[in-house]
Parts: sequence; structure tokens; C-alpha cells
Amino acid sequence: MEDAGNILFSGVGGQGILLASEITAYSLLAVGYDAKKSEVHGMAQRGGSVTAQLRYGEKVYSPLIEPGQADIQVAFEMMEAVRYIPFLHRGSKVIVNTQKILPPAVATGQAEYPADVLDNLIDHEIVVVKVDAFDLAREVGEVRTANVVMVGAMSSFLPVSPDVYGDIIRARVPEKFRDANLRAFEAGRRASE
Amino acid sequence: MTTKNDKTVWMSGNEAIARGAYEAGVQVASGYPGTPSTEIMENLCRYDGVYTEWAPNEKVGLEVAIGASFAGVRALATMKHVGLNVAADPLFTASYTGVNGGLVLVCADDPEMHSSQNEQDNRNYAFAAKLPMFEPSEPMEAKEMLKSAFELSEDLDTPVILRITTRIAHVKGVVEQGEIRDSAPGEITKNPSKLVMLPGMARRRRAYVEERMNRCREMVETADFNTIEKGDTRRGFITAGVSYLYVKEAFPDAAVLKLGMCWPLPEKKIREFAAMVDELYIIEELDPFLETHIKAMGISCRGKDCIPSQGELNTAIVRNAIDPDSGVELFEEVDLPLRPPNMCAGCPHRGIFFNLSRMKLFVSGDIGCYTLGFLPPLSAMDSCVCMGASVSIAHGIAKAVGEGAHDKVVSVIGDSTFIHSGITGLINSVYNNSASTLIILDNRITAMTGQQQNAASGYNMKGEAASQLDLEALCRAVGVKHVYKVNPHLIPETRKILKEAVALKEPSVVISEAPCVLLPEMKERKPVSYFTNQENCVGCMSCIRLGCPAISWTAFAEGEAETRGYRKKQKGISKIDEILCNDCGQCASLCKFDAITRKEEK
Repeated sequence: MEDAGNILFSGVGGQGILLASEITAYSLLAVGYDAKKSEVHGMAQRGGSVTAQLRYGEKVYSPLIEPGQADIQVAFEMMEAVRYIPFLHRGSKVIVNTQKILPPAVATGQAEYPADVLDNLIDHEIVVVKVDAFDLAREVGEVRTANVVMVGAMSSFLPVSPDVYGDIIRARVPEKFRDANLRAFEAGRRASE
Repeated sequence: MTTKNDKTVWMSGNEAIARGAYEAGVQVASGYPGTPSTEIMENLCRYDGVYTEWAPNEKVGLEVAIGASFAGVRALATMKHVGLNVAADPLFTASYTGVNGGLVLVCADDPEMHSSQNEQDNRNYAFAAKLPMFEPSEPMEAKEMLKSAFELSEDLDTPVILRITTRIAHVKGVVEQGEIRDSAPGEITKNPSKLVMLPGMARRRRAYVEERMNRCREMVETADFNTIEKGDTRRGFITAGVSYLYVKEAFPDAAVLKLGMCWPLPEKKIREFAAMVDELYIIEELDPFLETHIKAMGISCRGKDCIPSQGELNTAIVRNAIDPDSGVELFEEVDLPLRPPNMCAGCPHRGIFFNLSRMKLFVSGDIGCYTLGFLPPLSAMDSCVCMGASVSIAHGIAKAVGEGAHDKVVSVIGDSTFIHSGITGLINSVYNNSASTLIILDNRITAMTGQQQNAASGYNMKGEAASQLDLEALCRAVGVKHVYKVNPHLIPETRKILKEAVALKEPSVVISEAPCVLLPEMKERKPVSYFTNQENCVGCMSCIRLGCPAISWTAFAEGEAETRGYRKKQKGISKIDEILCNDCGQCASLCKFDAITRKEEK
């Protein structure tokens, strides 16, 4: 078992970051880690850029990841994978959903969506794992499970067995969406293995 | 490793405080929503046997809790930091009356202003109102300290404040659930010499306040939440709240005095600790509160000379402030288009602000989702100070400008904010014959904080049917002769009425009526969307200027307009994302080229 780690979730308000970070946290707690998660509500929602910070280890004091100390980033949107680069270090793993969501300035023609935006990460020796979460979610029959596809993709990099995530999903997702979410997790896991 | 049993759960600070209130036997709780405090009440209302309510504002909420305490039960009031400004009036005198049942006020400060208009440090209220204040560092501690706060409140006959910050309220951590305290219903007992604060009685209670705080000062010397953690004494740290966590990570081996209560301070313990260490640092977010009072004891220490007094702290800030050479090189930020929050697709506020952006008015704004009307492309808000201020500020501007001001200034306020503290402003505007127009954005919910019911929504906190305030009748009752109602999604029609109201030289109110698109009943509608008939789009950008997240612009490359059959000079076309569209029709009401049509079904 690794000693400790820091996971940064980033994306756009409304993408299901909350559930993704919760499933991850409960899985880490289930195998015996202490964990703390920090997020910001209110103004940060409403389609703005959002993050959740998850830290785990034998004993976690601070709920905030120090800049340069995020080991894994789960990014739900390509530009949001790059916005928080000061939190990353060489060798950090960024699991990125290859979806583009246009920010207001781009949607209204005032700015352009940056081309090859992920090169900013690759150029700094950050490991980038691309996942078409939206497409995989569609394949499992429920587009709203893209967030759990991302958890599946990330799970390959955490010291927790896939069965544990399955148990957590079964325990925490409403029955109606349970099977779709389990399939979404599997699809994401396969995509990153 | 964390030891777990069936009582161990993972909770946010706010969830833990709700749990703590339940365990402490709280019977009455009242609050007003405000980030980062809202989820305390939202979670507490799910526990059996606790009466919970949303009050119209924090002053009312605290007064309800004071009443419940007078009747002998444990009572809780919750609010965000700026809410305590509103509730300060009852707080300062409840300090004199004291309590019967335990009375605790939870206030949630927001260092860094993640979702607030200022970052005031409410520890100053404990000093000013002469009240004990607890300051937990994490969720589990918040729960336990709330219970201690109730004990202390009853032991010392005093209201007690539990102060949290965003990084406790919205942090999740491991929490162990405890036993539930038995409680009995309240009773009316008369004790006017304690509860009627006429000057003669208040002077006697004033003396009691001093006596009580002196007793509290003795108690905190031995309290188990003020603890010295032994360690390397070359540098010692006095700290409290979330700052404690950053100290433990930045200097894990150092000696620490952790203060669980930031007021009153354990002077003897602080002196003992100061004598133990070579160099003493005070680590706290925002104001030099501990530092000022510790320096007043004649103890020399370092604090705000190196620790920032603005914004949040974190481990790196604390470490680098004390060891400037310890910083590591970080990757530089990449210049990216910003992604600020935006009104939702289909938000009724957008229609009003689109019109206001075209009307060349001074828009006096208020606190809520609609404050986002400030952002481009709408850019239709010119001031925003505090809850309810829009109405009175517009009135002040109109009076200052005098003749001819009536059609130059409007105020904009949400339903919940109007009820919170806009009504008195409107009464003033009528009484003192204001020329300005008030626009009430009635979306039937307190939206920004995440959909809380209010006195105009028709439901109570538990979602049960409740009396629904009639905003139009209220405006007429306070003397507004000109009250209009508009559907904000019909943009040209709304513009006509806004122009008519603004042209009047008497007070007027326009009520914009359309539900928030995030309301459950709006989400459950049969989804219908608008779509773009791109062959008709002339690229006028009328719809784009709404700034709706469902509408995007595609610019043409050189020569592309002609090859695709558009006019040579056309610069691009707009497109509606039918998945994001929420069926408001504002864009269609603006399009003059039949390029936007409503679908039968998605």
C-alpha cells in the first residue's frame, strides 16, 4: 500500500465531479486510508470551472493539496485539464476526458479554444491518459455516467482493487442507475489499462 | 490507519454540525441560507424530533433561536459571516440576557471570498459581544465542539458562537457518530429581570457578563480543547481552526498550542507555552486576532509580519512564510480563456439583464445568481453591496441626482433577497417618494445557495405546503401604485413594460415571474428544445449576445460564407446545443430571421 496521495478533480460545473470524487474517496476509506476532500459551492457552480481536492494517507491533516503536489488529476474537460497545471509535478498522471465545453468567450466568438491544449501537459513530462468518456458512456447506454467512466479510468492508478469500487457504486448509486454505472466503471477501467 | 466501526461515517463539516446538533438534543433551529453555511440546516431538517425552518433573514433566525432558548430548549441559529452583521443586534443583547436552554450560533466565514462579497473575520464579534467562541479544525471536531458549546452555554448562562470557515464547512472527513442526548419540550417561565433589557436591568446583566467571562477565562485554562502538543521548541506555534492543519503539515515536529476556543483566551497557558519556545509564531487566517490579544498580554511573537492577512492560508503559504527558501518551482499557469460561472441555459434572469443592457440605466444590483448579470456579454450591473441594498442604493442615487433621475436608475433584487431585507428599502422609497424602479426577479426559490424554499415559494424547509407571500399585494400594501408583472422570456414585450415603468416619476415595481430552471418540476418537464435553422441565420449575433451557454458562434473561414451559400460578408453562424437548451425561447423572441424554431420534442 502506498503511503499517501493527492487527487485533483477538475471540470465544469454540472459534470458530476461530486459523485466521481465521492466514489473515489469511499473506495480509499474502504481499504483503510484516512481521507479528506475539499470543494467549493455557490459561485463556483453555474457552469464555471470547478475542482474537488482529495487527499489520502495514514493521517491527513490539511484538506488542500499543495501546489506542485497533485499526483493524479481527473479532468472532465480538456481545457480544465490544463488550467490547474501549477498543482502538478513531473510524472503526475492526468486522466482527461477528451470533451470540449466552450467557455463563454469562445462560444460568443470573442476567443478561440486553444489548439492542442494537452501539449502543455505533455511538454512538462506529465503523463496524459485520454479517455472519450462521453462516447464510452453512450456505449454503456447512459450518457450521464461519463463521470463514472472517468473514475474507472483513474482506478488503474490507485492502490485499490476494482471490486472495492464496485461495492461502493452498488452501495451509493440509486438502483435505477446502478448497472449502467457499474458498466461505465468497467469501460473506463479498460480504457486506461 | 483509520479505525472504523459502524458509527464511523464520512461527512462534511456542515453535515457533522447537523449531526452534532442532533446528538446535542437541539429542538429548535432557524437559519437563512448562505454559502458556506447552508447545508447545516439542510441536513438537520432530515433528523426526527428537531424543528427546523428557513427564516427570512439571519436576525429573525437568531431571534427565533433566542425565543426557543428562553423556553428552555437547546436552540441553534446558522448563518454565513455577513449574516451575522444582520443578526448582530439581537446577538449583542442576548449576550446580556443569557439563556435558559443552550443557545449556539454557528457562523461560517468565507476567507478568500469563494462565494461572498467580503472576507470579514467574525472572531471579532466574540470580542465585541463578549461571548465565548469555539473554532474547530475539521468536521469531527466541529461536531464535538458544537456539543461542548451547548454545555458551556448552559453552564455559563451565555450564547456561544461556533465559528467555522469554508474549509471546514465544505471539507469531508471521517466522523464518529455519538449518542443522542435526551430532551424535553420547552416551557414558558417568566423571569423579567433577566429577560427584559430595560436600562436598569441591563446594567445588572452587564455586570454579570463580566463575571461570566471571568469564569470562562478560568475554565479555558484547563479545557481539553486548548492543548499543548509537545515537540521541537526552537519554533513554537499558536494556532486555531483550519490553520492548525497547515501548521501540522508544514512543521510536523514543532511544538504547537492548539486553541479550540479563540475567545476568551487561556492567558496562563499561552504564557506557559511562550516560555517553552525560543521563537513564537501565531498562525491564523485573516485578521491578527490572536496575535493582537497575545501581544496585549505583553508576549512577543511573530504573526502578520510574515503570514498574509488576506485570503486563505494553506500548507505551502505557511511553510514559505516562515522558511522563505523552502519553496519549490511550480509549472507556470497557461494562458487560457476564462471560465467564469454563468447563468444557466434558460435562466429567466438573462432576459431581464439583456433588456437592461440595452437601456442605458444605472443598475443597482443585489446578492444572488442574478449578480452574474454583471458579467459580459450582458454587463448590466453597476453596483452590488449587500443583501437588500439594491433598493435603497437606487433611492439614494435618485435623490442625489434629483430632477430627471427617474429614468436613469433601477434596482434589481431576487425574491428571497427582497424578503430578506429589501422590503424596508421599498417602504422607504415609497414613503420618501423615490423616482426609481424596482425589478423583483421572482424565480420562486432561493437559487444561488442551491434551491432553498422561502416565504414566497409556497413550501417550507421540509417541502411541505406553506403560506405563500403575494409579492404584488405586498408592494401595493406598502403604497406602490404602479406594479407590473412580466414574463422575462418574452424579451421585446418585457422591454416595453420596463420602459413604461422607468418613465414614471413615481415609485414603480416590475415583478419578473418565471421559475428557476433548476427547480425539480422544471427539470422533470418533457424536454423540448429550440434549434437553429442555419440556412436562415444571417450572422447578426442577436442570440449570441444573450450569453446563453446553449448557443455558440461558429466563425467562417475566408471565403467559407460564399461557398456555403451565405452572403459574402457574413462572418459566421450561430448554433443551439439542443442537449443544453432549456426551452426558454428568449433567443427565438430576439431572432428576426426565422432562424430559431421550437421543436415538438427532443
